This record gives sequence, C-alpha cells and structure tokens, in this order.
Amino acid sequence: MYKLTTTLVTAALSASAGMSLARDQIQIAGSSTVLPYASIVAEAFGENFDYPTPVVESGGSSGGMKRFCTGLGENTIDIANSSRRIKDSERAACAEQGVTEIIEVRIGYDGIVFASDIEGQKFAFHPVDIYRALAAQLPMEGEMRANNYTDWSEIDAKFTAQPIKAYIPGTKHGTREVFEENILLAGCKSSGALAEILSLNGGDSKAAEAACMTVRTDGIAVDIDGDYTETLASIASNKNGIGVFGLSFYENNTDKLQVATISDVIPSTESIASGDYPVSRPLYFYVKKAHISVIPGLKDYAAFFTAEEIAGPDGPLAEYGLVADPLLEQTQEQIENETIMQ
Amino acid sequence: MIEPNPHKSLFVASAQTKQRATAEKRFHMLGLTAIFIALSMLAILMTTIVAKGSGAFQQSFITLDVALLEAKLDKKGTRNPDNLKKVTTFGYAPLIKAAMEQIVVARGIETDLTSKDMAAIVSKSAAAQMRDRVLNDPRLIGTTTEFKFLANSWIDGYLKGRVTRETIGKNKNISSAQLDFADRLIELGIIEKSFNIQFILGADASDQRPEDAGIGVAIIGSFAMMCVVLLLALPIGVAASIYLEEFAPENRLTDFIEVNVANLAAVPSIVFGILGLAFFINMMHLPQSAPLVGGLVLTLMTLPTIIISTRAALKAVPPSIRSAALGVGASKMQTTIHHVLPLATPGILTGTILGLAQALGETAPLLLIGMIGYVATNMPETVSQGLLSPNSAMPAQIYEWAKRADPAFYERAWGGIIILLIFLVTMNLIAVRLRRRFERRW
Repeated sequence: MYKLTTTLVTAALSASAGMSLARDQIQIAGSSTVLPYASIVAEAFGENFDYPTPVVESGGSSGGMKRFCTGLGENTIDIANSSRRIKDSERAACAEQGVTEIIEVRIGYDGIVFASDIEGQKFAFHPVDIYRALAAQLPMEGEMRANNYTDWSEIDAKFTAQPIKAYIPGTKHGTREVFEENILLAGCKSSGALAEILSLNGGDSKAAEAACMTVRTDGIAVDIDGDYTETLASIASNKNGIGVFGLSFYENNTDKLQVATISDVIPSTESIASGDYPVSRPLYFYVKKAHISVIPGLKDYAAFFTAEEIAGPDGPLAEYGLVADPLLEQTQEQIENETIMQ
Repeated sequence: MIEPNPHKSLFVASAQTKQRATAEKRFHMLGLTAIFIALSMLAILMTTIVAKGSGAFQQSFITLDVALLEAKLDKKGTRNPDNLKKVTTFGYAPLIKAAMEQIVVARGIETDLTSKDMAAIVSKSAAAQMRDRVLNDPRLIGTTTEFKFLANSWIDGYLKGRVTRETIGKNKNISSAQLDFADRLIELGIIEKSFNIQFILGADASDQRPEDAGIGVAIIGSFAMMCVVLLLALPIGVAASIYLEEFAPENRLTDFIEVNVANLAAVPSIVFGILGLAFFINMMHLPQSAPLVGGLVLTLMTLPTIIISTRAALKAVPPSIRSAALGVGASKMQTTIHHVLPLATPGILTGTILGLAQALGETAPLLLIGMIGYVATNMPETVSQGLLSPNSAMPAQIYEWAKRADPAFYERAWGGIIILLIFLVTMNLIAVRLRRRFERRW
C-alpha cells in the first residue's frame, strides 16, 4: 500500500516537476541571533528593490552552516547567518560538497547579557562568579572536585542568598561559544583556577581549558536549545533563574528583566562599541559566490545589508541593538569585489 | 397482622440495595465531575485565547498630512519612474518628522520632544507606505496628502493597556514624554484605534514592526497545501480503500498492508517531515519552503487517516446491497461504483475533512522543510507561485510570532490562533453536518 502511494505521488510529482523551478528569491538560514537583523534588512530590501523579499529561516548558527554546506544549486540556501565565525571543520565539510568560494560578511557586534527577573536582586557579576557557579568541576585543596555550590551567597558575600539557577544557550547556538570563552574561561583564568588545574594535570593546557569551559550537568545550569523567548519563559516560571540573552532581546523586554553588570560595566550599545563591556561577539553572514550569478539580487542584498544607512551607527539595525562595525567600509569593499575567504 | 420483613420488603430498601444506589449515585457524580472539568478547561482555554488575541484585530492608526516635497522625492522634477525608485524608504522617513513638526505648530501641542522622537511613534512601515503610493501615483509629489499610518507597537500597546507608564521604566523604545505626546494626539483624534483588516489579509513583518504583521499570506500557504492534500490524498486514499475492501483477496499480504496502514496513522508527524526533506527536497530537487512540498508531506500524513475512515465507511454498507446488485447482473465494478460508493460517501467525506483539519493544524513537519521563519512575506500572484514560491502556514506563522522578542508579536500569535480555530471549527461543523444529513442507518 505504502509503495503504491509513493509511486502514485512520484507520478504526480514528475508531472509537476516539469514546471520551471527557477528560484527568484534569496534563501537564508542560520543563527537566531542574526534572524531579527536579517528580517529587518530583508523587509527593507523587498520594499526598495524590485526583487521579492528574501526568505529568512532560523535553526542556529551550526544548523544554518550545515544546510549551507550541503552543496551548490537552487535547492540549497544562498546565505548562512552565523553568530560566530565559520569553523575550519565546517569549511572542510563545505569544500567536500563543492562550496569552496565563500564570501564572509561581518555585519556588526552583539552583546551578550545576563538578566534576571525584574523583582529579584540586582546582580553585579565578575566572570569568576559565573565560572564558580557553573563549572562542572573546581580545583579545591589540590584536586578537582565536583562543583557543589548551590547558592550565590556561598560564592561571594556580596550576593544575597538565592539558589543558583542559570539558563544558558544550548550547544547548537553560537552564543554558547562566546559564553564559554568570554565568561567561563576568562573567569577561570582571572581566578587563578586555570593555573591550578594546569599544575594538577601536568601542564596539559588544552585539557585544562576544556575543564574550565565544561558546564555542570546537575540541573543547576539548564541548556536552552530554543530561542530567547524560551529563556524568558523559564525565568518567568523560576524567579531565581539567571538567563543569557542578546542585548537587543533584553532591550525589548525591560519590563520583565533586569540586566546584570559584568565587571561593573552596564551593557549597552555604547559600552560594547567602546569595548568596555567584555562579552560581545561579531555577527556574520556567509554568501556562496557561485550563487551570485544565479540568484537575482544576491549581491545587492549583501551590499544593502552593509550599507551605511542600514548597518551604520544611525541605521535601523543599530536602533534594534546591533553595535555598528567601525570597519564597515572594508566589508563593503569586500562585497563589491566579491572577495572570497582564503 | 404480619410485620413486613425488612429483608424481603419491596417498600423498604435493604442495606444491599442502598449500597448499590449510593454506588450508582457516586458513579453519576463522577461522570458529571469529569464533564465539568473538561468543560471548564475548555472555557479557560477559550477565554484566554479570546482575551489575549482579540487585541490583534484592532490597531492604532495615526492620521497625518504629509507634504510630499519635490525636493526630496524627485530632485530633477522629471517624474521618471526609474528616478523615483532610486529614492529609498530612507529618503521618505524625514517627511514624517516634518509632518509631526507641522502638526505640533498647527494644533498648538506643547512638547519638548525632538522631531525624531515624535516621528518614532509612527510605525516604520510608514515610509514604505508613502513610497508605494507615490510610485503608483507620481502626481502626488509636491502636494500635501493625508495618510493613515500605523502607530508604533508600543503606542498601540499603550492604547490597549499592555504598555503602561510603570512598565516602560527602562525601555529605550518608548519614553513617558512620548506617551504624553500620544495622549494629546488621542485627545485631538489624530490617533485612533480601529479594526485592522491588514491582520487578516497582510504579510508577515520584521521584528521592528509587529504592528504591520498579518497572517494573510500564511492563510494562502495553508490553503495551497490543503488543495494539494485534497487533490492527492482523496483519490489515492479512496482508490486504495476500495481495492483493499472490495477486490483484494484475503491473504497474508493484505493483512500485512492493513497492519502497516494502521501503523502509519500513528507515526509522529515529524517523521514525515524528515521524509519530506530527504525525498522531495534532496532527491526530487523540489524547492524549499514551498507549499507544494508541505502539501505532499501532509498528504503522506493524511493518507492513512483517509484510508481507515473510507474502509470503515465501505464496511458499514450492508452486504445485502452488494448481493442485490450482483443478483440482478451488475458486475463487481458496477456494484461498487453505482451502489456501494455513493452510500459510503458521507463517511468518506467526514473522514477526509477530519484528516484535512488535522493536517491544517500541523506544524512539526513544516519545520524541516523550511516553512518556519521570516517566510510569509510575498503575496503569491499566480497558482504556480502559490504552490512553488516560499510560504509559511498558519500554525507555523503562529509559532514564529510566539518566539519573537517584541511582546506585541505575542498578541498576534494569539490572534492567529483565533483565526486558525475559526477555520478548524468550520471544517468540523461541515463534517458533522454531512454526517447528520446523509448518514443512513441500516
């Protein structure tokens, strides 16, 4: 029966597949952090050009990159949005499928903030506090011991008693990597824990850094694989929770969330642009050069995205929370010349 | 005089009878409680949906007279369409600032706001609205024209009571000075709330302008998918059922097929999504995010439901009908087509409509074939575009809105649920009516 239906469906399909399938809109997928920016640009692009509005899907930086690397052709995406740089392993996977010429476009910077329920205590974190609260194992009295802190007051006397509960981005998010490197590893280094671990494991720096960035799995740190709305809902149901958000998401929800300072700096587009706020990362999108001649408007879209009036400090992206890239002109030039990654 | 024996009398209930009566009463109450719980859950669900979603059907509008300056829109004064197109929406945005300044002077409104902050209460869709109108009718350039713009979602939320002066404390999107200004405009009747047809007919909008988002394009996507499902699943399902029920011999093979159909009906829908991605997109090279692919995936999902209900409807036709037809010399095919099938039609249609209703509300398989995201943006113009160009579907659009940052999208998600429910209730009502009207008991 099933076989029969499949045959029939196939027959029906081959009839319809005769129609022209030439695609005339740009297809984009990837990071959910870049998604709002990309959709703002896509909308303005559709309004101002004669091309149809591009399609923007999410799926996380890694998910988008995976689809980007499935090959060339009209049934693959043209652009992958990413909240981190493309990895060497991903470039290798891409090259295997024939995606060798990739144009890298950096659109600006985004801050990562720690926020908690607006009614709760006001947090002022240093990376070391978060490292101590969330690392899987901590060096103590000459050996690695499972992290048994359960209350913020145990970590530092400056916090009032409140059970530790953190909602952090899951591993498929690019945000997770920034969190691990700029917070956990930084805290590990600054507290001297890294040196301690190195002396314990005999100088294996790679293993020591991995130990710094391993998050505890006893339920105190919860991985959120969905979007920031899921993190927000988790905090709404557990008022003790601390969540990791993008700056723009926080700025849209200031009636429910209060933001924590990191190393005494309040996150804002200004403090990120000046480099005072330590947890920010560049946002990217990647374009298949081979698609530029096939998909109408692809190059125009990339150029429009990085135009001064869009991605500049007074453009709509900055208004939504993106920190403008001071080197925007370089990026514009790269797009103009279709410079591929080396 | 004999005293009535309490254990034997019909008039005095014995302990055992009393016990049975209480047990029955208890059972009765239990049933009533169950129904009460179910109904109150339904009532809670419905009131929540209506309370949270009805706001989406109303929207705040700002009526402004905008001077469409030739110096800004057509410097050369040639009215050449190509030159007019070169002025982007960014070129139109300053006109709103000027219109705001003008209204402050004309109506004597006292405010310390800069013209930029005043213009910020108008939706970002305003510039595109003016540009579209000017491109359609270049004669407007140089005149002062009245426009009805959407208000920004925060102002809209203020009119609906979602945004208050207390909750905007640190919000950088709106200040209390802007709310004061909005209050004045409301008094003057410049800001007004009215029914928003764009929510039902319009397209999705980006994260910066939730007030502009509509579910119309997604409705078309859902409709295109339902057409594909109906056109494929109904004939295939009915043909398969007739063969299995009327013609197929009973052997191990047909048993095996039967078990498999029943199993397929219980397969989680996400599995069909993965199948769709692997088969229709990666192998057949059909376009991504297309309602055609969505429809094909949902067809696979709906087929078992249709087959099972069709077979049940065919089984319900009494054998005497078949015997009578065969007895007067009809062939097996004539018997089936002329007599059995018409009698089974109401059952088949009911099953099909219920299967379609189920497919209409399905989101999971669409996730994998690229129908979720910022997708429902281009209104399809032809049938083949409707099937092949990227689109979303109603439940997918609702899911997408529910996860966006701006709280105004949340209201739209609930509004979308209301529309989806209206569709589902209508379909189920049709199914019930068909059954009532044509069903025959033997």
